[in-house]
Amino acid sequence: MPAITIENLTKEFNGLTAVDNISFTIEKGEIFGLLGPNGAGKTTTISMLATILKPTSGKAFVNGFNIINNQDDVRKSIGIVFQDQSLDEELTAYENMDFHGRLYRIPKEIKQKKIHKLLQLVGLEDRKNDLVKTFSGGMRRRLEIARGLLHEPQILFLDEPTLGLDPQTRNHLWKYIQKLNEGKNITIILTTHYMEEADRLCHNMAIIDKGKIIALNKPEKLKEEMGWDIITIESSDNDKLNSSLKSLPWIKNTHKHNNHLTIDLQNSEKHVADIVRLSEKNKIDILSLSIHKPTLEDVFLHFTGKTIREEEASTKDNMRLRRRMWRR
Amino acid sequence: MDIVYAIWLRNIKRYLRSKSRIIGSLGMPLFFLLILGFGLNSVVDIPGMGHNYVGFIIPGIVAMSVLFTSIFSGIQIIWDKQFGFLKETLVAPVSRLEIMIGQTLGGATTAFIQGLIILVLSLFIGANITNLAGFLIAFLFMLLIGLCFTALGIAIASKMDDMHGFQLIMNFVIFPIFGLSGAIFPIDSLPSWLKTVTLLDPLTYGVEGIRYGLLGTSHISPLISGLVLGSITLVMIILGAYLFRKVKV
Ligand SMILES: Nc1ncnc2c1ncn2[C@@H]1O[C@H](COP(=O)(O)OP(=O)(O)O)[C@@H](O)[C@H]1O
Ligand SMILES: [Mg+2]
Repeated sequence: MPAITIENLTKEFNGLTAVDNISFTIEKGEIFGLLGPNGAGKTTTISMLATILKPTSGKAFVNGFNIINNQDDVRKSIGIVFQDQSLDEELTAYENMDFHGRLYRIPKEIKQKKIHKLLQLVGLEDRKNDLVKTFSGGMRRRLEIARGLLHEPQILFLDEPTLGLDPQTRNHLWKYIQKLNEGKNITIILTTHYMEEADRLCHNMAIIDKGKIIALNKPEKLKEEMGWDIITIESSDNDKLNSSLKSLPWIKNTHKHNNHLTIDLQNSEKHVADIVRLSEKNKIDILSLSIHKPTLEDVFLHFTGKTIREEEASTKDNMRLRRRMWRR
Repeated sequence: MDIVYAIWLRNIKRYLRSKSRIIGSLGMPLFFLLILGFGLNSVVDIPGMGHNYVGFIIPGIVAMSVLFTSIFSGIQIIWDKQFGFLKETLVAPVSRLEIMIGQTLGGATTAFIQGLIILVLSLFIGANITNLAGFLIAFLFMLLIGLCFTALGIAIASKMDDMHGFQLIMNFVIFPIFGLSGAIFPIDSLPSWLKTVTLLDPLTYGVEGIRYGLLGTSHISPLISGLVLGSITLVMIILGAYLFRKVKV
């Protein structure tokens, strides 16, 4: 039995289709990534799987239980770290954990032991009696992950687990997520709009855009399947180079960017000399040249025709922050 | 029961920790008590009580304090919604009813404590203990008011997404409930149409009940007050539970 089976799942918000008829399965023990830009429908998908949002149509099974008519068993099987914080800031780290333990009816002795173990694991043991409102973003995130694990879920959802964290904390969390998956064999479903995160962590991943799954495979397979390499050139006259390249039949595609040019082609090692020769002939100086294998960014560009925009993310985060501040 | 207790406990912890809120919400009742009480004490002649307006409004101000605290406690759920904490509770394998009951009991407890503080403070300005049974009767009514209006607060909060409507609720729910309740005037001296209106206000029965407990006299018999307020409380809890069941986060 797979950890999660999704069949034609759809969610509409008065006219807007946030999740559009998606179907896929996630095997037990996987780290599965849902990669997509802001507004792609990642959170909506997770919310439906976690039973806090009702699908408009379609079905899904989590740990074998139907998300619509067996919510209680689904809830017992899962842990979730929401995209937005869901801690009680007026309580201490320990009290937040303790409240969670009570909600999941964990017997007292076991609960106390586990809270200590988990707080140690995420490096918060020495801050356990401090109010959460004194915690940094990274600490809150770690506490939420520890909390999500307290009842030993078989399936853990992480919605943008490293959003807004500094690189060091992010790295730390990645290691931790891997350790959880390997050590405890927990199936992990994470959403992200960071390519690097998906690449580094996921055994399998789906690219989601505008509510639709547009690709699903192992990250390395997705990159391999692109089947070509990318050469990035900076030259004295990118426009001229671009038009002269058009005459070469083995070039798949070129894209002009601000001050460089990218060229998609097969067997780049063989053809790079031809490109250099061509530019010399046209009296164009090459300032820099690099060849790289496709990244997930290229895969995303290929499937959607656009890049995942970081600034999109930051404006949304800002709004969220502002809203938070206003609430106080 | 564990779940109800967990949620009750969280409410109590948060309450005890927010010293500024405890003190802040004593301000208005004390203001009313002192200004109205002493300001009008010699002017107002309450039938059957003579010039003891302070003594007359103490039960009303206790009720006011319980009312305000309980509605605010119920409305707290909006903050839980906005700060995301409600999701944590709703995604757990527990029923919405347990959550709602826990919240109601928590709110009623804190409201009761606030009322008790006012009651104790008012002992210094003229309230006198008549008998223990009377106190227990007053306590019972304070608890009922707390339950009733926390449930109402939850019902309202279930329908609201943010605090924008708060002013509206303040002006069109909380103040009218307080103002029309006979907390600060004897309902028997009102014109009959206005008296009818006060009899539609659940808080009237709470105030009357507390008044009976503390002063030994009231316009409405305490049995009737208890019966009416008890029934309304039950209805509020059912309404609150029903609306909370449909809460979306
Ligand atoms: N409660 C809601 N009401 C209306 N629209 C919503 C709601 N939640 C999400 N949406 C919309 O659905 C789309 C998908 O949102 P979401 O699942 O949050 O995307 P992601 O998590 O991938 O950034 C967005 O266009 C968003 O504005
Ligand atoms: Mg999201």
